[in-house]
Amino acid sequence: MNNSITQYFRKEMFPHIWCPGCGIGIILGAILRAIHSLGWEKDDIAMVSGIGCSSRITGYVDFNTMNTTHGRALPFATGIKMANPSLKVITVMGDGDCAAIGGNHFIHSARRNIDITAIIINNMIYGMTGGQYSPLTPTGKFGSTAPYGNIDQTFDLAALAASAGASYVSRSTIFDVNQATRFIKKALLKKGFSVVEIISDCPISFGRINQLRTPVQMLEWIKNITVPKKVWDKLSEEEKEGKFPTGEFLDIDIPEYTERYQETCNRIQ
Amino acid sequence: MDKKNNIKVYKNEKTTITVNENWCKSCGICIHFCPKKVLVSNEKGFPEAKNIDDCIHCNLCELRCPDFAINVKKNEIAVEHSVNQKGLED
Repeated sequence: MNNSITQYFRKEMFPHIWCPGCGIGIILGAILRAIHSLGWEKDDIAMVSGIGCSSRITGYVDFNTMNTTHGRALPFATGIKMANPSLKVITVMGDGDCAAIGGNHFIHSARRNIDITAIIINNMIYGMTGGQYSPLTPTGKFGSTAPYGNIDQTFDLAALAASAGASYVSRSTIFDVNQATRFIKKALLKKGFSVVEIISDCPISFGRINQLRTPVQMLEWIKNITVPKKVWDKLSEEEKEGKFPTGEFLDIDIPEYTERYQETCNRIQ
Repeated sequence: MDKKNNIKVYKNEKTTITVNENWCKSCGICIHFCPKKVLVSNEKGFPEAKNIDDCIHCNLCELRCPDFAINVKKNEIAVEHSVNQKGLED
């Protein structure tokens, strides 16, 4: 087997629990490849997750891991980072976990610009609990609680994080897995709050009710609904309907929270 | 169940493709998105490297595999040869 990433596994936990074709496995691979390319030690990394399918990730990797309460991955990660700023803290959240239940935590972590890498697995649905629509379910798509189509507008998490004060914001997909790995690597290296939203699939809870029953159909669909940022900027409003831009939206250097905290401590002593 | 028997190795002089059938869940992503159609589905739904000679080592199957079940390796014949030579010199 490919030892470059399997060295990070808790191998006794495999095969993993996710459904056939679930994108979370692809994203886990992308995260581990990014970490491997940076040559980081396992003990220097803290990975925190909330609740949901995506949060199972922490059970499979041999870092310092923590599976916390629903939506609260970022507050726990903030605590870890404040207690030990030398740790490289990564949070992995689903779309419901991050944007709905943990929405405020997400905004305020971005506002503080604390050095945490937030990886958001956007499968556009609450997968584990049975396919209820989430704040990132596209308008018009179906969910078990939206049998006539979702009438809500969707959150643009990338724009939200950028306006709230994050340092690095990007969006990729599980189809373009090389790009996702590259973005994760940049986000891991970034000093400050860095967000990588990765559009993923859920053939069971999202696909079945939206006529995308197989993982292959879901990946083809993801390929069709995403456009690179450069192309997106030239599209008319009508063409943008139902599509999502991918790429890097923000990459700036601004003061980081734990450093500012330390500066304040030094100043008043 | 002897788990070791479920790891299939497909090999030619350039390429080694390993499929861990203990972990594979037959989602079909590797088979569908292979640009050279190297992989076909066997009777159990697992990928089988039928056209292994066409493999270009793009590793997309490995990168997109959600189950970490497929691994593509380029056989480095030249490197192995030089290592042997070195060994002889020592």
